[in-house]
Amino acid sequence: MSKTETPDLNIERDVGNFHYDTTYEFDAGVGLSEATIDYIADVKGEDEWVREFRKKALKVFNDKPLPTHWASRDLENIDYTKIRYYLSKGQRPSRSWDEVPDEIKETFERLGIPEKERAYLAGVEAQFDSEASYSNMKEELSKQGVIFVGSTEGLKEHPEIFRKWFGKVIPIGDNKFSALNSAVFSGGSFIYVPPGVKVKQPLQAYFRINAENFGQFERTLIIADEGAEITYMEGCTAPKFETSTLHSAVVELVALKGAKIQYITVQNWSENVFNLVTKRGLAMEGAEVKWIDCNIGSRLTMKYPGVIMRGEGARGEVLSIALAHDNQHQDTGAKMIHAASNTTSNIISKSISIGQGRATYRGVVAMPKHLKNCKNNTECDALLINTNSRTDTYPAITVRGNRNTVQHEASVSKVSAEQIFYMMQRGLSEGEAMSLSVNGFVNDLIREFPMEYSVELKRLIDLEMEGSVG
Amino acid sequence: MSELVIKNLNVSIGDRPILKDFSLTIPKGEVHALMGPNGTGKSTLAKALSGHEDYEITSGEVLLDGENIVGMEADGISRSGLFMAFQYPSEIPGVTIANFIRAALTARLEEGQNFSAPAYYKELYQHMDELKIDRSFTSRAVNEGFSGGEKKRCEILQMAMLKPKYAVMDETDSGLDIDALRIVAEGVNRMRGPDLGVLVITHYQRLLDYIVPDKVHVMWDGRIVKTGGPELARELESRGYDWVKEELAEPVA
Ligand SMILES: Nc1ncnc2c1ncn2[C@@H]1O[C@H](COP(=O)(O)OP(=O)(O)OP(=O)(O)O)[C@@H](O)[C@H]1O
Ligand SMILES: [Mg+2]
Repeated sequence: MSKTETPDLNIERDVGNFHYDTTYEFDAGVGLSEATIDYIADVKGEDEWVREFRKKALKVFNDKPLPTHWASRDLENIDYTKIRYYLSKGQRPSRSWDEVPDEIKETFERLGIPEKERAYLAGVEAQFDSEASYSNMKEELSKQGVIFVGSTEGLKEHPEIFRKWFGKVIPIGDNKFSALNSAVFSGGSFIYVPPGVKVKQPLQAYFRINAENFGQFERTLIIADEGAEITYMEGCTAPKFETSTLHSAVVELVALKGAKIQYITVQNWSENVFNLVTKRGLAMEGAEVKWIDCNIGSRLTMKYPGVIMRGEGARGEVLSIALAHDNQHQDTGAKMIHAASNTTSNIISKSISIGQGRATYRGVVAMPKHLKNCKNNTECDALLINTNSRTDTYPAITVRGNRNTVQHEASVSKVSAEQIFYMMQRGLSEGEAMSLSVNGFVNDLIREFPMEYSVELKRLIDLEMEGSVG
Repeated sequence: MSELVIKNLNVSIGDRPILKDFSLTIPKGEVHALMGPNGTGKSTLAKALSGHEDYEITSGEVLLDGENIVGMEADGISRSGLFMAFQYPSEIPGVTIANFIRAALTARLEEGQNFSAPAYYKELYQHMDELKIDRSFTSRAVNEGFSGGEKKRCEILQMAMLKPKYAVMDETDSGLDIDALRIVAEGVNRMRGPDLGVLVITHYQRLLDYIVPDKVHVMWDGRIVKTGGPELARELESRGYDWVKEELAEPVA
């Protein structure tokens, strides 16, 4: 293990690789049909419009082909008839850790969540399979009118706030997996920050998969009202099962006039997880949506966070890091849709491919002709370790008109054997040498991240590199 | 025991033997110079001693204060106390000199030992000042965009910080201007002492005017063919290598 990083965070490469035998009071069984949806809607006691929304989505999901004309054929290996779509012990999260069932509480303690909550978080939602087991936020925030609840509670108790934007940033039919999520979603966070309220500490969600042959479909909607500010962080782990696990989330962000939303992900799924996630933010006049997206784990990740800049002066940003080692494919990227003049977007993507690992970048930048003074900057850097690694970059830039500017830079570099030998001659182990090289590659980007996350991320990279020395 | 003993070392690259029964002993406290024409295997020796995988040690021994380091990984050899100043140092993009040397030092910490950042920076700055390396270099990536001379000075800086028991300096003088040569040589001379043995690989007498060696060895075709004092280097400087070759051929003729 590398000794080069000072902070001693409680994260291990395999820290998520454990599981408890749990009895679930609520189980929708295996396979997907209208009956599955009725079961979920009944258990949650949902309004009729939600049930209809789900059923419509199921139809879209069934009708849409897999996007294998451009995406990995590995998608064909997901067997939807073998997945369990809803598993929970109940639909109401506890407000105190003491009331959380023992094995679930222990799970999150092992993952260090209550500790971090005490240290630097404004609120935490801890989801165990399909539902949040724990959800709590500092009292002062509730007093300011901030709402931080699960999707079930959000739709039921605050429809006047959430229904307006639910499914609007990412429509059901956006892609096959947004349709699947829309049909069977459960869990995730619904957040509303009232006008002018600036939440200083981050809110955190932790998504834990415990069960085998399971699909997790959380749904998150964050609305920052005019001038509000919020940072949301999500983490995740799952035990390593022989069979594959599906995680397919939909995350919608709405930043109203002058609001700022920062959404941070460190994805560390085990290597049997298909991670197929749709994330998009809407930025109104003068608003800012920033995605910090780090993908370290999973078998196949397909995720392209996007920002639609709907109002003048809006800003969108995607800063992403992907690390792919053997048996992993990180297919990630960004979408920047400029829908108003004077909007600015920035994409910085860094990928690291090790051994047979494969990292793909796909980007879309769209600037219609009638707009003026829109700017995009895109930087894609790839680092290859060992010659088998593969990296692909597919930037699609649609700039129409001559009053907008796009700047695109891409680079591919390698960590050479001579470089590793040089570092080892100074006393670093091969793993330490590789992780120092990788840290050197991502350093300037990580500096942009909030402290707690950059420390955690560097640590994860160290552990990954240690683990990939053959 | 306090010596670096190389005994009948045979090293191949691919199928091609480069070092042939190479033997040399460097006692701690001494500085030896190794000279010889291009391609005779001087860098091969340095890399094989350091544990580079491409340089296969087919037979022979290398004892570092009695410990056989043949077959050890490069990092283990380094931590055992062997330092190599590279003829062509690698660039490490994104990793600053300060972080790199720090990582190398941390890798040497024993269980329970702590790293002291203030003491580290104090020492680092002191050596940088002595080697006339601007302090702004601490935040530059290792060797990236460095001039030839800057790279070599950075090698000596690392050596000073890591305090090896033995150092092999592979053509540290090449690419240095007159002033830099003096600075580097003074740096090495400061480290000279009873706790360090040095092998200086060089083509030029110039360096040996500053770093006066205890012994000079001439290498030819994979082994040492002649050993003498500092005067041997001067002789090579004026007469070239041909006479060594002729001398070598004589007994056979
Ligand atoms: N990695 C390598 N792969 C193939 N051949 C090599 C390699 N390294 C060295 N050689 C060969 O081995 C022989 C000895 O090379 P080496 O670099 O040790 O010579 P040297 O004495 O250091 O020469 P110079 O004075 O030019 O630095 C040369 O013929 C060289 O081409
Ligand atoms: Mg050489």
